[in-house]
Amino acid sequence: MSAIQVRSLTRTFKARKRSGEVRALQGVDLIVERGECFGLLGPNGAGKSTLIKILTTLLLPTSGQALVTGYDVATEPFQVRRRINLVSGGDNSGYGVLTVRETLHLFSQFYGVPGPVARKRAEELMEVTGLAEKADQKLAALSTGMKQKLNFARGFMSDPEVIFLDEPTLGLDVEASRDVRGFVARWVRERPERTVLLTTHYMMEADELCGRVAIIDHGRILALDTPAALKRMLPEEPTFEFQVSATGEDLERLRGIVGLRSMSHHAHPATGAVELRIVVEEDDVIGEVLGRLKGLDRSVLHLTKTEPTLETVFMHHVGRGLSDEEAEERDGR
Amino acid sequence: MNLAAVFARAGVRVKASFRESSWVIGETVFPFLSMSAFVLVYRGLHAPKEYEGFVVLGGAMIAYWNNVIWGMASQFFWEREQGQLQLYLITPVSRMSILLGMALGGIAMTTTRAVAILVGGMLLFHVELPLSRALPAFGLFLLTLGAAYSLGMILSSLFLLWGREVWHTATILQEPVYLFSGFYFPVSAMGAVVAILGSILPVTLGLDGIRQIFYGKAAHGLLPLGWIPPIQIALTAIFLTIASVMLRYMENLGKHEGRLTMRGD
Repeated sequence: MSAIQVRSLTRTFKARKRSGEVRALQGVDLIVERGECFGLLGPNGAGKSTLIKILTTLLLPTSGQALVTGYDVATEPFQVRRRINLVSGGDNSGYGVLTVRETLHLFSQFYGVPGPVARKRAEELMEVTGLAEKADQKLAALSTGMKQKLNFARGFMSDPEVIFLDEPTLGLDVEASRDVRGFVARWVRERPERTVLLTTHYMMEADELCGRVAIIDHGRILALDTPAALKRMLPEEPTFEFQVSATGEDLERLRGIVGLRSMSHHAHPATGAVELRIVVEEDDVIGEVLGRLKGLDRSVLHLTKTEPTLETVFMHHVGRGLSDEEAEERDGR
Repeated sequence: MNLAAVFARAGVRVKASFRESSWVIGETVFPFLSMSAFVLVYRGLHAPKEYEGFVVLGGAMIAYWNNVIWGMASQFFWEREQGQLQLYLITPVSRMSILLGMALGGIAMTTTRAVAILVGGMLLFHVELPLSRALPAFGLFLLTLGAAYSLGMILSSLFLLWGREVWHTATILQEPVYLFSGFYFPVSAMGAVVAILGSILPVTLGLDGIRQIFYGKAAHGLLPLGWIPPIQIALTAIFLTIASVMLRYMENLGKHEGRLTMRGD
């Protein structure tokens, strides 16, 4: 029996600001086997969170069927809930007056975890997530990163058969993100029957953790395979990475160049330079790109030709990179 | 599992009540001042001594009603605003057990305030409460709490659906209820029609009955005392049934419309 089976799943919402409806999911088919760490990649509004909410029984599908560990999320939600848990990056867990240890124990009780098992599990999770030193500190005194780690640990307190990780490293620093990724990798390795469904903005995270990845946009799955197979599937189109002293506005002028397949760019927060990634049909196109930049009186600080990555795969299918969105969010666009 | 959830959720409230020192002042000293004002008014008017007892009992009952409104009815709404309602909704326990945990924890927390008002009233104002009748009064008090917190379970679904209006709704259910439930005077003084309408709220009848137990005819009871316990039991059964249906309806509506996990709807 598969961990997750989704058949022709659709979900529509009433549009808030205009008449009509928004189609968040449009006929999604998906099978995730037990023991998999499965990645779901997509831009904001692609339908990732809607899919996760349906699979975690928080939303009903408009049509189609979704089974989790063999149980229908619409008709057998309590059977599903016994076997799953959810960690959403940026969410709060618990109350300011409780300590870290008490919070983990609190949420374990909603899953019927026996007291001694819950205590032992809480100690282990606090150890691996770096919360052990804060075990008796109240949540009100924790930093945002620590709260996020606590939320992450909470999700594993019930030792779920399927865990849904929705942007679990959102807002975590580099070191904490690495710890979290290490924990997920170990959790899956040590419990071959457990399943992880991960959504993330960080391609490297999906590449590192996931055996298979689906790229979703506008409520449809555009590609689904192992990261290596997805990269192999790309047409052999050269990819170049630049560092340029230009503005995003300048770079948008490059979009008209014949032979330029796709492009993404974002400002490097530390240096102020813009990192530009382009996929071209042939190497020759790069000459035209350089010519345009020169015409705009912009300097190229660094230029490399790169091998395909998940980011390239994503750009190929979606038409732009996730880093574009992050830059837009940062710039308030 | 449901029982463990009840105790776990109740524990949050109990721990909170002992860890927030500002809460102790806010929940005991200030309400005691309001109650004192009414006692002094009756004393200034040379009202019968029983009226001071009415005020003390009403002040204690107000604490529980406020807890029903702010600590229970609006709790799921606040959980959603804090972004953690979904953490409860994906658990396999019944929603009633979570609400029951909130209720029991709230009762434990509120009892501190109620006891402070009762003891303070007796010691400072020498309010007379015939303790020989405390046991039947306590029995009726427990029945009243059962009905009041069952009503709170219904309200928690409504508050979640009404969303942003929650502040107004809570206020509507607070100050006017102080009046129509006769927290500081015998509710029969409102006239039979208004008083009976006010008796839809379990605290109205409960308070009326407890005053009758302690002060007999001087309490100017609305209904015969013997009627009140069965009515409270019936109200509890009716409210619990409605609450169960409402919670299911609220959850299904939320799952259809996608509103349960969105903040600020």
